[in-house]
Amino acid sequence: MRGFLDLGLLKLETTLGKMAVQEITKVQELIYTTRVEDVMATDVIVVDPSMTVAEVKSLMKEKHISGAPVVQDENIIGIVTMTDILAAMEEGRLHEPVTMSMSTKVKTVVRDSVVAEVGNILGLKGSSRLPVVDRNGKLVGIVTTGTVTKYLLRRLDQSFQKNEQERLQAYRASHIFQDIVSDDTSVVLRFVVDDKDFSNAGKASSMIKKALQRLVVNPQIVRRVAVAVYEAEMNLVIHTDVGGEIIVDIRKDKLNVSAVDHGPGIADLKQVLQPGFSTAPEWIRDMGFGAGMGLANIKRVSDMMKLISEPGGGTRLDLVFDLKNS
Amino acid sequence: MKLKELIEVLDAEIILDNHGSDEEIPAGGAADLMSDVLAFGSPGMALLTGLTNPQVVRTAEMAGINAIILVRDKKAPPETVELARELGITLIRTSYTMYEACGRLYHAGLPGLGVVKIRNDTW
Ligand SMILES: Nc1ncnc2c1ncn2[C@@H]1O[C@H](COP(=O)(O)OP(=O)(O)OP(=O)(O)O)[C@@H](O)[C@H]1O
Ligand SMILES: [Mg+2]
Repeated sequence: MRGFLDLGLLKLETTLGKMAVQEITKVQELIYTTRVEDVMATDVIVVDPSMTVAEVKSLMKEKHISGAPVVQDENIIGIVTMTDILAAMEEGRLHEPVTMSMSTKVKTVVRDSVVAEVGNILGLKGSSRLPVVDRNGKLVGIVTTGTVTKYLLRRLDQSFQKNEQERLQAYRASHIFQDIVSDDTSVVLRFVVDDKDFSNAGKASSMIKKALQRLVVNPQIVRRVAVAVYEAEMNLVIHTDVGGEIIVDIRKDKLNVSAVDHGPGIADLKQVLQPGFSTAPEWIRDMGFGAGMGLANIKRVSDMMKLISEPGGGTRLDLVFDLKNS
Repeated sequence: MKLKELIEVLDAEIILDNHGSDEEIPAGGAADLMSDVLAFGSPGMALLTGLTNPQVVRTAEMAGINAIILVRDKKAPPETVELARELGITLIRTSYTMYEACGRLYHAGLPGLGVVKIRNDTW
């Protein structure tokens, strides 16, 4: 195992020198979750037992390979390598059947085992080529240290590029306040929220959360904003008959959130601010809403909260979050 | 508690595996009311719930919750699984009731969140 891991890591260090530690644990994750059949080469060049050493030699030369399994009736009866061929040549057995020179102790790996297993076997044996068989012992492919390393590098590169992409986007977004100069720069996000649309409920909050993460706002503040905006968004979905709008105004040092609707409004503001008070109907409660805790939650996580409403005149909720002192 | 231990304690089945089994779960909580989750949810915790609608996943996203455990042998509708997949949240189901699932986890050493207070006198 070790030998194999070392090999993988060594190549990684030279090829993708800037890769972070998390990518190394990613190697471990990959070798324990990837099946051999996803890595193996399936176009296996095989040697027929009737071939002579000389014939095998020219086959290997022509195909640029340094070894091949010897197969009879779909079963592997041996494996022959360049070293075996050279030894046979030295002893003048060039025209004898290859079966005399092949090694018959063939290690194989089953197609649905994990790649770590390959490392185990190859590492112990010190060889670099392992035939892959199915449950019945039939040859289905071949793995070499080369195929495994190539596969791992490709997969790592993919996840590396994905992370890099996200990092780059976050970097670009977070520098907006430096890159664009004004006396007071702000980024404004607007979202329309439909009433009773439960399949889209929460999408605005989700997008706001992601935007703040890209702007590299302190994670604790991101969480507080997410909770408040989500409660506000659900109130628009649940308690209005017309939906409403959420506006997030992000500045360098503070963040304003407004949730505005032209719905039924609220008659008794004091009452709805009481934790536990809710007018949500039964079917809303069945969905897990209507605890009467939404506004209390918003109040708790925000630095300032203002609720303005009039029966028949809609509702406006204004929140302020301080981005400086966290 | 590691995720794999939690699964063992609950005899649970993984519906959607978005975290390694060695993921450390710092705490647990149970609720069927989304505002409760938002009030007491802490980052990385496991949420036990009897609800299976997609809003549970949304709520978990907002509260920074990594794993949702559906109790009482509930099945997750496809929309819920889909959203959890999109958001990278692990979904687990167990046949134990809420009471017993919580009890088993707490007994096995998964802490709760202690005493929580909702301020109601600050308006
Ligand atoms: N935009 C709104 N328009 C009209 N009424 C509202 C609006 N927002 C809140 N309310 C009223 O205020 C009450 C309390 O709201 P709050 O968010 O605290 O609890 P809830 O929405 O009923 O339940 P929870 O948020 O815990 O799921 C609501 O039940 C509703 O009567
Ligand atoms: Mg509410």
